[in-house]
Amino acid sequence: MVMFWVSLLAISILLYVLLDGVDLGVGLLFGLASGEARRGAMQSAVAPIWDGNETWLVVTAVILWGAFPLVYANLLSAFYLPLIVMLLGLILRGVAFEFRHKTQRLRWIWDLSFAGGSLIATFIQGMTVGALVEGLPFTNGEYSGGAVGWLTPFAVLCGIGLCLGYALLGACWLAKKCDGEVRDVAHRQIPVLAVGVLVFLVLVFAYALAEHLPILHRWIDRPYLFVFPAIGAAAASVLALSILRHNDHWPFYMVALIFVSAFGTLALSFWPYMIPFVITIDEAASPQSSLAFMFWGCGVVVFPLMLLYTVISYTVFRGKVGAASGYGHH
Amino acid sequence: MDMTALLLSRIQFAFTITFHIIFPSFSIGLAAWLTVLEALSLATGRPVYRVIFEFWLKIFGVAFGLGVVSGIVMAFQFGTNWSVHAKMAGPIQGPLLMFETFWAFMLEASFFGVLIFGRSRVPPWFYLFSTAMVALGTSISAFWIMVNNSWMQVPSGYVLENGLFVPNDWTKIIFNSVVWSRFPHMLLAAYLTGAFCVAATGAWYMLRKVYHAEARIMLRMGLGLAAVLMPVQLLFGHLTGEYVNTYQPSKMAAIEGRWNDEKPGSEVLFAWPDVEHRRNLFAITLPPPFGSLIDSDSFTAAETGLNSIPPENWPPVVIPFFTFRIMVGCGLAMLGLAWFGTYLSYRHRLAYNRPMLWLTFFSFPLPFIAIITGWFTAEVGRQPWVVFGVLRTADAMTPFLTTREATISLVMFCAIYAFIFLFGTFYIYRLIRTGPARKPFEIPHLAVPNRPMSLADEELVPEPSHADAGE
Repeated sequence: MVMFWVSLLAISILLYVLLDGVDLGVGLLFGLASGEARRGAMQSAVAPIWDGNETWLVVTAVILWGAFPLVYANLLSAFYLPLIVMLLGLILRGVAFEFRHKTQRLRWIWDLSFAGGSLIATFIQGMTVGALVEGLPFTNGEYSGGAVGWLTPFAVLCGIGLCLGYALLGACWLAKKCDGEVRDVAHRQIPVLAVGVLVFLVLVFAYALAEHLPILHRWIDRPYLFVFPAIGAAAASVLALSILRHNDHWPFYMVALIFVSAFGTLALSFWPYMIPFVITIDEAASPQSSLAFMFWGCGVVVFPLMLLYTVISYTVFRGKVGAASGYGHH
Repeated sequence: MDMTALLLSRIQFAFTITFHIIFPSFSIGLAAWLTVLEALSLATGRPVYRVIFEFWLKIFGVAFGLGVVSGIVMAFQFGTNWSVHAKMAGPIQGPLLMFETFWAFMLEASFFGVLIFGRSRVPPWFYLFSTAMVALGTSISAFWIMVNNSWMQVPSGYVLENGLFVPNDWTKIIFNSVVWSRFPHMLLAAYLTGAFCVAATGAWYMLRKVYHAEARIMLRMGLGLAAVLMPVQLLFGHLTGEYVNTYQPSKMAAIEGRWNDEKPGSEVLFAWPDVEHRRNLFAITLPPPFGSLIDSDSFTAAETGLNSIPPENWPPVVIPFFTFRIMVGCGLAMLGLAWFGTYLSYRHRLAYNRPMLWLTFFSFPLPFIAIITGWFTAEVGRQPWVVFGVLRTADAMTPFLTTREATISLVMFCAIYAFIFLFGTFYIYRLIRTGPARKPFEIPHLAVPNRPMSLADEELVPEPSHADAGE
């Protein structure tokens, strides 16, 4: 039962990163783009999916609370300020999607909210993962780092890294979904961002070696972990090829594969810990009576339906977004 | 333990949840109203019902969207500010919140999609069915939230093991008399909110002499529904009071401003509770046995006073005492309006009675005020406990949260919520002011089930002039 809920949690987090990563990335690039036509097309490329994507964040939160309350309580309270800022960032950009077209004069406010909210949310997500990898300060099973215990150079580096990563994912999505100028700009951005992500990965690895991060020991203990970076490297090669050939679709799938391999690497390096080297999966799990209740009421039927629905909604929205179809069609 | 951080955390939770409840209470009622309209449209075939349906569907979309957005924060706040509570009650409240999230997601995803895209693609009966399913789904959401909150009011079906509330009987947690008096009370409150907002909109059009046919239906149906539901609501309010009297004597004593044990009890109608000297100033009191009659349905029952409860277990007496009276006052005002308005409408005189139209127009805040003050009574009255009688609010807070962090987060919440709320409310106002469009409904470009607000995407038409409006 614990394994079932760990799997659902992993699927939810991965789906959140992949799906919301796309529209957060488009939000980041939106801040760089100028001109109403380009901005409109960029929003059209994510308009029908962003809200559903964010659902997976809420799903992640409730699975954590119901199935692993110890982790939910510790993580959310340790990352108090960044988490609340991230939520407000997500709210702002979400509302910006809706209100942008209700006004002409004040549109710049919502454009700023959209790009700014995306930037804040992405940076904080990357920083959180970085702080977890480096190890949060805990004393007797309780977080003891104070208000900014998570703020380290490494965490900031990871925040910047995720911004590059999501922007890359977003650029690949725009190349896949759009035509004309937006697609051409995306094709120019993809190699730059891909190199940026590569440099970031090298820096992270160098830092981990230099600082002797405890997570590195897992790699020596578990050589099979190298399968994931190998998949990532293979995907990166195909990505380079597809960039050279100006393919519209392959870059997206390859970058998504790189994200999956990065996620797999992290998850298996953490295993069996949920908060590295402090709380394990078994320690964090809810009592059997809670897990079973959720299994029958939510996990076994409703969750697969949610996955199915996500697949259907993406299938409906397949193909290129027409150049003329602005988000609000006026 | 930082006492200022505790107070700020409580204010922050109160602020965010008060902001949130406004939208669900509106959209739950509207969903039910849409179902009734669609059924009438199908049964009578009159196009006017379709026009009203499509008008309110747009407003439903915006209210529903704002409710979803403000609700996301709630799923996180238990962990950020109340980590001890989140850890202890997680095995019970976590699964209950999961039921709400998962079920609501599926419903929103499937049947809301039919509401947007399905008009021309599914048979009329299935469209009606989908509308009813959306209404059912919003009610199911409310149900799981009420189960969750009722468990904090009257915890049951658990054992405390290693500092965790371990559930050992889910049927006791879900099917108990507390849930089944409070859930209908909340649901009816939401229906009444919808009814009064619809009636107020009708009154507004009447006063402006636009959309006469639609306005007449909105007024008649809104007030008529309220006239029927208000007495039922008073009954469920009374039943809710009975659980408070049985399980939460400290809350009851604060609500009633009752200091001494009485047998049988008297009933304080109005007073200013003077907590320091444990007495009521300016009290207007009904003699015994009115207190026992109201609280316990008995002429002789003994009623507990605050003096026989240790002061460290008292709620802040003044708040539940007044919020309860404001709630009841709003309820009685709504009852009067609904009955008198329905009477006038039955005699076909409502359309010409401008003072009554103005009163109805200005009545739309009443249900919102009643819901918010009612929740204040329930939640502030539960203090100093977060899980009544078991876990104190002060012990439930994140132990290392500082005043500075709590201040920063509260200020940010206030600023951003105020910003969004102003825009959202203004936007709903603009939709309502513009009124129903008497042309075939076009599905907005790129509208999708996961984006309820997209329904209102189409360009707003200019306000109709008085010459061509009305019938």
